[in-house]
Amino acid sequence: MRRQLPFVLVFITGFFMIFQYFVPHEKSEFVYEFLLDWLTIIGAFALALGIWSLWRVSFDKIKFKKENWGYSVVTLFGLFAMIVFGFTAQVDGSWGVYFYTAEGLQNPLFRRFFDFILIPIQATMFSLLAFFIASAAYRAFRARSIIATLLLLAALIVMMRFNPFFGAWIETVANWLMNVPNLAAQRAIVIGLGLGMVATALKIILGVERGYMGQG
Amino acid sequence: MKYVLTLALLVLVFSASGFAQTPSAPGDSLVADSMILTPPAPVANLEVVDKPNDHGHATLLTWDLSPDDMSLEGGSKLVVGYEVFHWVPDFANRISTLRSEFNQLQGGAYPIQRDLPDAEAALEQVQSGITDLGALSLVPALPEDTAFVPTVGYLEQALRDTIAAMNAPQSDMDELRRSTREAYLAAIEQLPAEYAKYPEGGDWVNLGKVAAGGTAYEHTGAKDAFSGDYLPDYTDLYYRVDAVGLDPDYRAESDPYGPVQSKGQWYNTGRTTVLVSVAIFTLFTIMFVSQARKGKKLYVRPLAGIEAVDDAIGRATEMGKPILYVLGLGAASDIATIASFTILTRVAKRVAEYQTQLIVPTYDPIVMTIAQEVVKSAYMDAGRADDFNQDIVYFVTQSQFAYVAAVNGTMLRELPATNVYMGKFYAESLILAETGALAGSIQIAGTDEIAQIPFFVVACDYTLIGEELYAASAYLGGEPILLGSLKAQDYAKALFVICAIVGFVTLIGYSATGSESWLWFKDLFHVAD
Repeated sequence: MRRQLPFVLVFITGFFMIFQYFVPHEKSEFVYEFLLDWLTIIGAFALALGIWSLWRVSFDKIKFKKENWGYSVVTLFGLFAMIVFGFTAQVDGSWGVYFYTAEGLQNPLFRRFFDFILIPIQATMFSLLAFFIASAAYRAFRARSIIATLLLLAALIVMMRFNPFFGAWIETVANWLMNVPNLAAQRAIVIGLGLGMVATALKIILGVERGYMGQG
Repeated sequence: MKYVLTLALLVLVFSASGFAQTPSAPGDSLVADSMILTPPAPVANLEVVDKPNDHGHATLLTWDLSPDDMSLEGGSKLVVGYEVFHWVPDFANRISTLRSEFNQLQGGAYPIQRDLPDAEAALEQVQSGITDLGALSLVPALPEDTAFVPTVGYLEQALRDTIAAMNAPQSDMDELRRSTREAYLAAIEQLPAEYAKYPEGGDWVNLGKVAAGGTAYEHTGAKDAFSGDYLPDYTDLYYRVDAVGLDPDYRAESDPYGPVQSKGQWYNTGRTTVLVSVAIFTLFTIMFVSQARKGKKLYVRPLAGIEAVDDAIGRATEMGKPILYVLGLGAASDIATIASFTILTRVAKRVAEYQTQLIVPTYDPIVMTIAQEVVKSAYMDAGRADDFNQDIVYFVTQSQFAYVAAVNGTMLRELPATNVYMGKFYAESLILAETGALAGSIQIAGTDEIAQIPFFVVACDYTLIGEELYAASAYLGGEPILLGSLKAQDYAKALFVICAIVGFVTLIGYSATGSESWLWFKDLFHVAD
């Protein structure tokens, strides 16, 4: 029973999700929105579990002085500092704890941590992409075989298409490459993906595929 | 002096001619008056129906253009657009007031005792003659109508009410909120009866405008009874469309149309093609799965990426290094993440058997919870339950690039022998895969995000492209039932190819002949929103 109940629940909710796609009625929408609300509620509880997981893993590293434990100290400091600053604010000259208003987010330290530390760090990580694209392109476009050479040529044409030095022909060829062979391949993948999704969903709803529950 | 006399003479002549022309003016003014006074021709054949294939609370208006529409040849061309009107009973004002009161009690305007000093100060300001809302230390709740300008008396009374509410016990406020809500819901129930009184006790309300040449309007109301746009279902509704010129007074009303009722449908006819396709595909799946159950041998072509998984785990075992499994940024409800769970099951089972270390950093807490259960079950199935440690799967953060930083740090510090990326990936795909390549790990990736596939192809040793990710669990397990579903996918793809060829031929036929009868096949695949 302990193993069967989840599959019964999956069958019922999965079948309902198919049903509601074809039934636009308000009652069908009500149940659909009710289920989505549950997803939000579960997400809120799961976030608490996630924070607990992060705390435990980091705390263990610090406690047992594991390799690179200093990073865990920074992680936990960041986690708790943002929580504390997010819930405290100075309103009408006095500091207080605000659990239910947006005033906590007006805390100047919270804003400064967010605007001047978190956002620049994220932007830095994202900017690494530019360098990685260059190294990946170098690796991809090495002409080691006929097919790789064709790829190199196609890439060169697409990259040079906005260069006025080559005239209009290069843009025509590049557009053809993008709109015909490239788009055809993409559509083939999309059709395959669509069928794969439906097949996976059916397998899950019918209980054929059980791997996602650690069984199989 | 001569020029002055000449100028005076000219002025006299023009003045005289001006007076002389006055008698002929009535002719011109008649023309002008006729242009202003003759109304344009109204729209014809106004029809209103319930909007099909929706949840209700919406109607669809269609009409024939006024002959004076500026987009038509002939006619006066003076009609520049149309205004759509909806008859609303006066009772709707009562509902609006109740809604405003309820929202004030329920929402941000809910008076709280903390603001009592501000409210008292505001009352003093108003009593001293200040009515500028921006200058008041506290603005009381005002009606929803933005054009409403409160008087000193209104503001004074509103602030007195607010202060009284602030001083009232919480239980009184709760009771007031409950009774207001009940009164509002009772009024909503009475609404259909009030609409049925048409045309007594109500007025036409302008819903919107349609530019010249337009012949349709969709009146979509809200289904939430507490919304200002609420449009009741199963209620007699009446509509009118005015043909309007540049001068808003220059208009012609159509005959009112009604009653018409909106209601929700139990089947979306625009999605029949999807239903048929799903039915065919389900039949294929059931057919091949039952064949597989009966023992029929099904051939599926091997996938290098899948076959590499076992080798990669073996390599990690030999090297004594961990395996890093990344589930991507998808939610637990994404098919790619679900497919990734099934692959994680197989990987975790092998890892448990070989007693290798597994690291699973996660982005989503729900995904983390499920992945922990998946890995735990896999360890139990492998008979290594004691080796399972909950910290194998851990939560990092829900910030995309912070997650990337954490995973990259793990890669560079732990130097895993194998990195497996399966699931949904976005801009972080190349950053992860290139860092893994720098760390010297064997990398296997699979995603259904088309834009990220090239990055994985370039930076990883093996890549599962698109649907191969979904097929991976069937390949890894090698179970006949799962392989049967793969066969069904292949046959469905063949059917799609046939349909594409037929569609191609029919569209060529349409291009060659111009006959719309060739479009029937294309229209067959039209799916409504």
